Amino acid sequence: MGILEVQNVNKHFGGLHALNNVNLDVKKGSVHAIIGPNGAGKSTFLNCLIGKLAPDTGSVMFQGKPVLGQKPHQINQMGISRVFQTPEIFTDLTVFENVMIPCFAHRDGSFVLNAWKKVKGETGIREQAEQMLLDVNMQDKLHMNAASLSRGDKRRLELAMCLAQDPKLLLLDEPTAGMARADTNATIDLLKHISETRGITKVIIEHDMHVVFSLADTISVLAQGAIIAEGLPEDIKGHPKVREAYLGEAEV
Amino acid sequence: MLKYNDKLLMLVFTILVLTGPIILAPFGAGYPDLLQRFVIFGILAVGYNILFGLTGYLSFGHAAFLGVGSYSTVWMFKLLTMNIIPGIILAIIMSGLFALLIGFITLRRSGIYFSILTLAFAQMSYSLAYSVLTPITNGETGLQIRLADARILDAKNDSGSLPSTNLFGLEMNDTWRTTFMGMDLQFNVGFYVSAFILIAVFYLSIRIFRSPFGLMLRAVKTNQNRLMYTGINTKPYTLAAFVISGMYAGLAGALLASMDPLAGAERMQWTESGSIVLMVILGGASTLLGPVLGAGVIKYFEAIFSRINDNVLHEWFDILPGFLETFMVWIVHPFVGKGWSLTLGAVFMIIVIFLPGGLMEGANRIGKRFVKLKRGSADNAKTPAE
Ligand SMILES: Nc1ncnc2c1ncn2[C@@H]1O[C@H](COP(=O)(O)OP(=O)(O)OP(=O)(O)O)[C@@H](O)[C@H]1O
Ligand SMILES: [Mg+2]
Repeated sequence: MGILEVQNVNKHFGGLHALNNVNLDVKKGSVHAIIGPNGAGKSTFLNCLIGKLAPDTGSVMFQGKPVLGQKPHQINQMGISRVFQTPEIFTDLTVFENVMIPCFAHRDGSFVLNAWKKVKGETGIREQAEQMLLDVNMQDKLHMNAASLSRGDKRRLELAMCLAQDPKLLLLDEPTAGMARADTNATIDLLKHISETRGITKVIIEHDMHVVFSLADTISVLAQGAIIAEGLPEDIKGHPKVREAYLGEAEV
Repeated sequence: MLKYNDKLLMLVFTILVLTGPIILAPFGAGYPDLLQRFVIFGILAVGYNILFGLTGYLSFGHAAFLGVGSYSTVWMFKLLTMNIIPGIILAIIMSGLFALLIGFITLRRSGIYFSILTLAFAQMSYSLAYSVLTPITNGETGLQIRLADARILDAKNDSGSLPSTNLFGLEMNDTWRTTFMGMDLQFNVGFYVSAFILIAVFYLSIRIFRSPFGLMLRAVKTNQNRLMYTGINTKPYTLAAFVISGMYAGLAGALLASMDPLAGAERMQWTESGSIVLMVILGGASTLLGPVLGAGVIKYFEAIFSRINDNVLHEWFDILPGFLETFMVWIVHPFVGKGWSLTLGAVFMIIVIFLPGGLMEGANRIGKRFVKLKRGSADNAKTPAE
């Protein structure tokens, strides 16, 4: 039984069938990649998992508990964190503050009125945030304004923010897009390192096949809203339907 | 970036506030009525900034809480005692409850829709106070104290004149006057009571700004979505900020009524709410000192510019030849007296266009230039020695 079980999820945008009976079973501790051409519905699928969108039909179970119908913050508190396709960070805050927030969310839950304590006095949280930024190799940018970071750094920051929550399931929407090769490799190493040390289950969306094949245990291929193939990386590589979807060879 | 030391800030702030009657005397602002306004509207602005400055939610309805505070306090004067403590406590409770209700409904929306909703609510409150709720608010006339009021905690009043508001016998309108270097200095009890309260609630706002709670509110302002997907339920955070700022406004309303025991519906009108927004933006939203500064500047303009009439203007331009004098008076006339808000509007526009961070940004820029100059000269001094 998987940590995440998605059954028969459908989503329409007007006349567009964005998700067509999607089924997915993600095993605990595995890295499950979803690949597919632009506009296939990959991001839409993640949106349905985190409560950003409500699917028309279907069910999503996380660790045996229903996800659909829960609010975004409740889903996150269940242990699901997401890195977005365009980085979602707190641009007006410092890098350090950006990472402290998920640390607080992890420790204190979705709401607590601690208006009298000082952030400065929260040594536990501060150490945690510092360690997290050390892990993504951003310790020298602690007090920079998040808005002034490069695109690659914004992604790494967002990744650090998600990891700071110690999630059970990490959803990554093109975590290396816009990164230089060296940064991409560093991110792959980081994700591998996390897999080894913490065993966080990951669902990763990527266009970069180098990233996909270095990380994934299982690959699902999404095209026009439907899963057209699923299997081990070796199987997917040579799959005719996949080549068709990617090369755009139209069926007659 | 300039780093402020909060302890130093608190110390300087306390000294400035407590010496207000001396510092402001040369500017013609050293009289109790105006000094009290500075401090009370300072409290209002500091509280408003906790909502607007931290979360970015722009409320156009805070005058409603000011009004609720005033009405609650005057009722305590009528029913219980002329001691201001019960009135202040009731005002904070009532405005807090009222803010909880209004906030709960209006915070379902954000941005412009939230602003419009708060505006609508405030106007409803104003209309209610003006007409429907006349038994509680005494409608158009406003709520006042009477000789015949119960005041069950106070000793019987046989003097035939209305009693004064007090703090355990210390009367709010008591003023100790002295002359110093030709200046008329007035130390007023009401001012000092309000001043100590301002210092206390200013300290509270520093604590809120520096707390994890404050950090979450700032995160709401930058990216509410990210915060939601980080497991934070943003609604109770914004609601708490709304209620706290509503309670600050209620406290300010209570103090207004404590200085002058009457409450009228006009205190709840939307123009009043608008002027709170002006104060905070003018001074510098999301800074600690800015709102107090903005409140001071606006109340000063209101008091000084509205007092200038044509007679004063003729005196000013007396030295000019007759037709020029008339011309100058004609030019300046619309900007003073009843038209003081025209001047305020112009000043506000200039500030927002050239200093979007308000007066505090201006102060920071000057401070930075000063530091740079100093550093520059230090470098110059060092070079030849090497
Ligand atoms: N909120 C929305 N409303 C209407 N249509 C949408 C919405 N979100 C996505 N779509 C449409 O659904 C389809 C799938 O979009 P989605 O973003 O999921 O694709 P994707 O697989 O993530 O593509 P990419 O690789 O470019 O990120 C697209 O045609 C898109 O235009
Ligand atoms: Mg996408």
